[in-house]
Amino acid sequence: MNKASVLWLFKMAWRDGKASLSRLMLFMASIILGIAAVVSIQMFSENLKQNIKNQSKALMGADFIIDSRQLPNKKVQAIIDSLNVAASEVNFVSMAAFPKNEGTKLVKVRAIEGDFPFYGTLETEPINAAKQYQDLGGALVDATLMLQFNLKPGDSIKLGKLTFPINGALKSIPGSTAVFTSVAPPVLIPFRFIDDTELLQLGSRKEYQYFFVAPPTMDLELLDKTIDPILDDENADLDTHTSTSERLGRRYDNVSRFLNLAAFIALLLGCVGIASSVHIYIKEKLKNVAVLKCIGATRKQTFLIYLTQVICIGFIGGILGAGIGIVLQYAFPYFLQEFLPFDVQISITVQPLIMGVSLGILMSVLFALLPLLGTWYVSPLEVLRGTDENLVKPRKARLLTLAAIILFIFLFSFWLLKDALFGLAFTVGILIVFAIMAGISSFFMNLIKKYFPNNWGFTKRQSLLNLFRPNNQTMVLILAIGLGTFLISTLYFTKDILLAKTAIENSSDNANIILLDVQNAQKEAVINTVLSKGFEIIDNIPIVTMRLHQIKNELVNDIRKDTTSTMNQWILNHEFRVTYRDSILDSEELVAGIWTRKIEHGEPILISISDNIAKDADLEIGDSLIFNVQGVLMKTVIGSIRKVDWGRMQLNFSIVFPTGVLENAPQFNVLTTHVPNESSSAALQQDLVKKFPNISVLDLRQVYTVIEDILSKISWIINFMAFFSILTGIIVLIGSVRNSKHQRIKESVLLRTLGAKRKQILQITALEYIYLGMLGSLVGILLSLLSSQLLAVFLFKEPFIPSLIPFLVFLPGITLLVLVIGLSNISSVLKSPPLEVLRKEG
Amino acid sequence: MTKILKIHELEKIYTSGLKKLTVLSHISFEVEKGSVFSIVGPSGSGKTTLLGLCAGLDYPSNGTIELCGRNLENLDEDERAQLRNKEVGFIFQNFQLLPTLTALENIIVPLELQGEKNAAKIGMELLQKVGLSDRFDHYPSQLSGGEQQRVALARAFSNKPSILFADEPTGNLDEETGEKVIQLLFELNKEAGTTLVIITHDLDLANRTQQILRLKGGKIMSNKKTIVV
Repeated sequence: MNKASVLWLFKMAWRDGKASLSRLMLFMASIILGIAAVVSIQMFSENLKQNIKNQSKALMGADFIIDSRQLPNKKVQAIIDSLNVAASEVNFVSMAAFPKNEGTKLVKVRAIEGDFPFYGTLETEPINAAKQYQDLGGALVDATLMLQFNLKPGDSIKLGKLTFPINGALKSIPGSTAVFTSVAPPVLIPFRFIDDTELLQLGSRKEYQYFFVAPPTMDLELLDKTIDPILDDENADLDTHTSTSERLGRRYDNVSRFLNLAAFIALLLGCVGIASSVHIYIKEKLKNVAVLKCIGATRKQTFLIYLTQVICIGFIGGILGAGIGIVLQYAFPYFLQEFLPFDVQISITVQPLIMGVSLGILMSVLFALLPLLGTWYVSPLEVLRGTDENLVKPRKARLLTLAAIILFIFLFSFWLLKDALFGLAFTVGILIVFAIMAGISSFFMNLIKKYFPNNWGFTKRQSLLNLFRPNNQTMVLILAIGLGTFLISTLYFTKDILLAKTAIENSSDNANIILLDVQNAQKEAVINTVLSKGFEIIDNIPIVTMRLHQIKNELVNDIRKDTTSTMNQWILNHEFRVTYRDSILDSEELVAGIWTRKIEHGEPILISISDNIAKDADLEIGDSLIFNVQGVLMKTVIGSIRKVDWGRMQLNFSIVFPTGVLENAPQFNVLTTHVPNESSSAALQQDLVKKFPNISVLDLRQVYTVIEDILSKISWIINFMAFFSILTGIIVLIGSVRNSKHQRIKESVLLRTLGAKRKQILQITALEYIYLGMLGSLVGILLSLLSSQLLAVFLFKEPFIPSLIPFLVFLPGITLLVLVIGLSNISSVLKSPPLEVLRKEG
Repeated sequence: MTKILKIHELEKIYTSGLKKLTVLSHISFEVEKGSVFSIVGPSGSGKTTLLGLCAGLDYPSNGTIELCGRNLENLDEDERAQLRNKEVGFIFQNFQLLPTLTALENIIVPLELQGEKNAAKIGMELLQKVGLSDRFDHYPSQLSGGEQQRVALARAFSNKPSILFADEPTGNLDEETGEKVIQLLFELNKEAGTTLVIITHDLDLANRTQQILRLKGGKIMSNKKTIVV
């Protein structure tokens, strides 16, 4: 093809397109939002990755860290010393009291020694508090916590036996996210005071961290490779800033993949709109194509004229979508800020822009190809005959086009998910949803045809007839309405499942206050304090810490060294918190063996393990385990295996001993109670903190609030993504309805000419769109019920009691929307005389 | 005289399921170059089918068609399109202007397909000949039926065709306008020396042509030369 021919093609595409510009704009609008969604998320993900990479040191505050759940032994200490430690901390969860207003709160105490952080900053108010708190011997308290308890710098905070002056409000600390610190907000104190607080007692969960600044020549990867395995053997761990940022990157990658898929669904929905619109558009153009062929245009030339139009739509749509995407990505840090441990610097990269434009072109062409094929196969004879009944698109061409579409969906989802199996599952899932929707609309049309209510009145019959007449939009409208409703309802039901769980646990008589780290000597006094307030002790759980020493005749140290061992590493290094009792709980189910209630002196110790440990350590009934119980070796035999519902908000244990064994071992206790309201919770906490400063009080109602807060934030993000699909669905809806405008108007004008009243035409159209709106939204909601049930059973493992909201709000709401869009189509017919409309509409 | 169109033993059969419908059978005739030829017959006699076959718009079930010295049987769809572009012009009962193109753009499409650089200039000259030069930028929907057919005439002659097929050219026009259009058609045809094949119901119009082919039930009833008054 020479330059002149190409120019002519563009000229013809423009001449033909400019007369249908408003319709082409609607096609374009169908994909703009989908592309905007994909581009914004892609670009934001790129930015996130870049930010994590650039800020990796600031995220950690050091070049590398060694951490351990216990005080380092000699070997670990020697490694720490040899690497020249720059700063260190011990952190743990504890209760804090505020003498100013007698408030109490569970906090994460970080006792720091040295000038941490070495990268990034401690943001405080006043600014110099970050530098002064070590010298002044004060505390930096989480800024939100200070707001909650109306604290000001200069007020004091009591941690254990010590009271610290508050030097400043802690606004941010490297590596910390707002949302994950809301249960136990951070409080920084100088390390030198830790012993005086007397908070580190038996059973306290603590973490020791050692921060290092690497010399420029140090190979951190090599250090990680050589030192980390040695530390692992000693129950310590080494993390470099690069490995931590990679891990963080992977975590956000998963989130962005999910968001990308949501965006891709919006794009696919838009493509269905394109296919439907181009189908009607090309059908109307076939006569022109036949004329062009009559006067000498070849099949290729006519095909290329319309292909050029579609490419141009895709190109402009891609550019506009990418443009909107660029603007939109600035919204993501706002939505995600509480999940991100750093500020995201947004910059514009080229790759997502290229992707947006390529997607626009590729998706438009792919989805328009099937109707476009009509231009290739239409015979010039149609000019004389005036019908397109003979238009036959070869089966092979149609199948090839469909195969190309499916292949593209798979390849794109594969590229987004980086996993062929997930990509395939997504593609199949999309096909199934589309097939169900299309199947239902087709079934519906056939049903009406077969059982057509001939005895109905004219307007009702006419409105039904419109659903399956030639060029009807029933399938595409049901697809657009159904898919949009499906998405919102699924999101609604899912949120419901998650929130219902917390509501049930929160409102019942289950324990909602957990008292941690209660020492044996304190137990009686603590119980009396709780009882004196009028509350019951629901659970009194003894806890003994221990580590595995030998598994099935093989020493844990030997298993660690065995490179062929498939045993999960966490089991070898984990400090187990074990309890003992004589009964099994409601949240547990015996899956193998026999539950042993009590052991008499000299009998083999039959313990119960959870099924996940049995799986991870490849253990069976009868296998032997030797535990190191704080220096004493204790041989046990697996007597039973339990399935534990870890999702229950209560204390769950992977290893349970029978009674009669651990009663004399060093132990601490966890007590639980139920308080009816916030004020009684505060009063109890105040009393307990005053008398027993080492005890941590976990108010589950606060945890539920945090969970609800997280869920509502996540649902905001999901709603934000669903918004693209819903808006695209509305655009596709408007596009589809508008495409049939010409035909509708001709019919309506004809009916008016024959004497139909305004009211009758209004009724016919209104009923048709009410049928479509109701059916589409009902199918969407029913499908979402099914998908939510599947999610409830397989993912959340929770019972699902569907809310009526989607039926009572979404169904009528969406039907009304469809009705309004449909009626706007024939407003001109209703307002003006028939002849005027015909002249105007051509 | 040179024959521009040779039809030999033409047959067109449509199959619908097991049923066969013969629309044209044993049609043979020839059209001399530069002559004015008409095909007449009642509705359903096969006139339009015959026109479609002669112009290479459709494929015969049997028989041969030779148009402008080329056997259509040997040409594929695109070669036929090229032949139409170079040698054939069309006028349709429903005008068949492209609704999205202006009058001038409609006229110059065949020229542009040939790669003609002066297409717009030639188009304007043709519009002047049909008396519509001031309406060059009007869309078909802004023109009356007579005006649309005059634009269609200009388009039909724009590529200087060797043969022009006119399918009921006055079928959608009133008598007075139809007469004006036919006058214009004959004038332009005479000036260009084009062979004209007209399909019509109108016997008066047929009698103004040099040869009349009468069809009935898909068969030739007569093929007579006339004396043009």
